[in-house]
Amino acid sequence: MDSQSTSGSGHSGSALARAAGQAMPIVLGYIPVGFAYGVLALKNGLDPLNTVLMSLLVFAGSAQLIAVGMFGAGIAPLAIVATTFVVNLRHMLMSAAMSPYLKSWRKRELAAFSYQLTDETFALHATRFARGDTHKAETFWINSIAQASWVTGSLLGVVASTLITDVRPIGLDYALPAMFIALLVGQLKDRAHLVVAVIAAVTAVALKLMGVTQACTILATVIAATLGLGVDAWIRKQS
Amino acid sequence: MDQKTVLMTIIGMLAVTYVPRAVPLLALASRSLSPVLVKWLGFIPAAVLAALLAPSLVLDDKGIALTVDNEFLLAAIPTFLVAVRTKSFVGSIVTGMGVVALARLL
Repeated sequence: MDSQSTSGSGHSGSALARAAGQAMPIVLGYIPVGFAYGVLALKNGLDPLNTVLMSLLVFAGSAQLIAVGMFGAGIAPLAIVATTFVVNLRHMLMSAAMSPYLKSWRKRELAAFSYQLTDETFALHATRFARGDTHKAETFWINSIAQASWVTGSLLGVVASTLITDVRPIGLDYALPAMFIALLVGQLKDRAHLVVAVIAAVTAVALKLMGVTQACTILATVIAATLGLGVDAWIRKQS
Repeated sequence: MDQKTVLMTIIGMLAVTYVPRAVPLLALASRSLSPVLVKWLGFIPAAVLAALLAPSLVLDDKGIALTVDNEFLLAAIPTFLVAVRTKSFVGSIVTGMGVVALARLL
């Protein structure tokens, strides 16, 4: 994608500047969504400190939005933790998928990297790593810029929560879906990957319609990737 | 709910979020994986992205929303085209956000 021109050589500009350029779509997406989270958290009874702490400690967009709704509904803490676990279990697959690229990293570097592994940072790194771009400082800067924008968005939401009623700025709520589209296109390297993406899309929609909302992503992903092995073998036989 | 309970819940959320993020990477990065597993893991990014994206484009509160009123789905078409043609990240995002903003304006 765009970043290829700057990261390909690995020498042009500082790691921070290169990271900032690549993280920009994530920042654009996280600030409004973090803002919405901050507003909703206060409206659901969290105090400003806990609202910001959750963005620092948990850093998981959809799980945080679901959790504040549950806090507001007076649901038991254990149920909130259990729901968070199910909603975030999909990161296991992303974590596993990063492993072939980070063999040379130390354990504590991997531990630190994992802390900021979200759907969005994963999607960006999957594309970077696949083209051999595993520069450590740049990778950590991308993650930290992403989380800083998430925390900043949350903080802005806290500050504005008394003033704001509409948390949907025009078009900005499409920043993340649009980024996912661009990243998905980058992942469609061959016919097998295209078929996997279509299977995952259809399965995820079908599961959601059947009421499987929380395990939908992980189930659709596992089903599609597994069928992908068969599709890949079949395509090879054909050619 | 008092704020101390909220904080304890947040710490619980931290634990159950961090463990699945860290354990597979820490366990697998030091091993050599079988070619089949590597191939399977190679499908994960495309599968995850499609599984996250598709419901947000075609579903609304009431169910399937394959209509022109669905600006997220509408905007996906030019966004996909720009992404495929130009491979430009910024171009795709500006296109998507622009079409959504325009659709809401009209």
